[in-house]
Amino acid sequence: MSINTREILQTIDMIKNQCLDIRTITMGISLRDCATGDAVSTRQRIKEKICRKAENLVAVGEQIESEFGIPIVNKRISVSPISIIAESCGVTDYAPFAVTLDEAAKEVGVDFIGGFSALVQKGMTDGDRNFLLSIPEALDRTQLVCSSVNVATTRAGINMDAVALMGRMVKETAQRTADRDGIGAAKLVVFANAVEDNPFMAGAFHGMGEGECVVSVGVSGPGVVSAAISDMKGEPFDKIAETIKKTAFNITRMGELVAREASRRLGVEFGIVDLSLAPTPAQGDSVAHILEAMGLERTGTHGTTAALALLNDAVKKGGIMASSHVGGLSGAFIPVSEDAGMIDAARAGALHLDKLEAMTCVCSVGLDMIALPGDTPAETISAIIADEMAIGMVNCKTTAVRVIPVPGKTVGDEVSFGGLLGTAPIMAYNTCSSADFVARGGRIPAPVHAQRN
Amino acid sequence: MKAVVTVIGQDRTGIIAKVSGVLYAHEANILDITQTVLRDGIFTMIMLVDLDKCTVPFPAFKEALAACAEELGMEIQVQREEIFHSMHRI
Repeated sequence: MSINTREILQTIDMIKNQCLDIRTITMGISLRDCATGDAVSTRQRIKEKICRKAENLVAVGEQIESEFGIPIVNKRISVSPISIIAESCGVTDYAPFAVTLDEAAKEVGVDFIGGFSALVQKGMTDGDRNFLLSIPEALDRTQLVCSSVNVATTRAGINMDAVALMGRMVKETAQRTADRDGIGAAKLVVFANAVEDNPFMAGAFHGMGEGECVVSVGVSGPGVVSAAISDMKGEPFDKIAETIKKTAFNITRMGELVAREASRRLGVEFGIVDLSLAPTPAQGDSVAHILEAMGLERTGTHGTTAALALLNDAVKKGGIMASSHVGGLSGAFIPVSEDAGMIDAARAGALHLDKLEAMTCVCSVGLDMIALPGDTPAETISAIIADEMAIGMVNCKTTAVRVIPVPGKTVGDEVSFGGLLGTAPIMAYNTCSSADFVARGGRIPAPVHAQRN
Repeated sequence: MKAVVTVIGQDRTGIIAKVSGVLYAHEANILDITQTVLRDGIFTMIMLVDLDKCTVPFPAFKEALAACAEELGMEIQVQREEIFHSMHRI
């Protein structure tokens, strides 16, 4: 046998005991040919196309899962930004398009569908503005639809009008889904430098530069990295980085295999492998525990940003060689509610919003799955978004904000969204007002290093 | 298709007989086999099998091995060989 016993048992151990899995197989579908100029027929075409292209997605995912013995947690779809596809219909209410996406997703049996999205980093068309205003209703009326809005890029700067509006939309979305602890806001993300081939939710959409249909894979595996370095107590960082690189290589190779196999079986082009370390609330599947395995008592204490920087970089270096097309976000995720170690750190008072913001400077993606008090002012949410967008813009990286101002809850309470979305203690925000800052509107100009031509 | 069958659990008599019996019944050909009993009595066996002539589809073959695992009180995995190659070889 060309593969030795140790390697086989190591792989099985990773899957069985260290929560190694494929987080998602995501099919990206272009809807550019669905726009007719009429809302009813456009929606019909959208549904028909999604159902046709993704007909076998779930079955193929399950086949691969069975044959290779590797869990595939989610099957998902991303589509072209609906703000663009639906704009020619001349409607003011875009929510029915979200309902169509939801119906199509349910029909083919996927877990989520992303692409109820808009790209407004430099300005908003009349359609874009109406689209953004439709988001709260869209997320209230659907279960599987995810929405994302790109409000900043390094090249264009930050659209502060859109930032102001999105603060209001995040709050309104949470309020409209108050009976479900504001879960609508957990499916809404605001981006700087959004990528067009991200397979992860809530930010997945099928970029306008993408082909007809592609299949991409997002791997997971924080538990594997954590296990690999847990017995390296006292070793220098060089060795830690080396071990993480090797582990990331193994994980990503598995993702590459699954992506290629899914692409072949579905007869759809292979997109990318996103090698992000994506945690879940399950024990042994935590990014925070990796940081703690490096010697931090709790994630959030001094040293956390440096530990995360090392981790993020080593994951990329290990993963890049393992796949011919690495894309998406590809780094480490730090969603608070979806990571057992993050939840514990927040509960213990070791992890605060300010430290999380610092951490987002060195990892993918941003302030993710953070529960705020229900009375957080919309302007404060906009200001949180503005800060995060500035980090993305200046550092030429993707950053994002997905915060949930949980109606009726305050600091000291907890909220449970269930499933992969997890549980979060409500975090305190800075109560000094940012209202006059946000009210200015206009654009924050692109940084000088955006002028590269 | 080639697959790796992994059998892990407390050592007892008849493990190889039972597992290879299932393989034989489905015309799965054993290409390679390694087996050890660790010091604490944990039995580990890894088999490379050729499923080209397997009499049933893969899910049914997997179920047959799962039934055998239950009978033996052991864990049996069957996975396509490619996953190990892709993870451990460049």
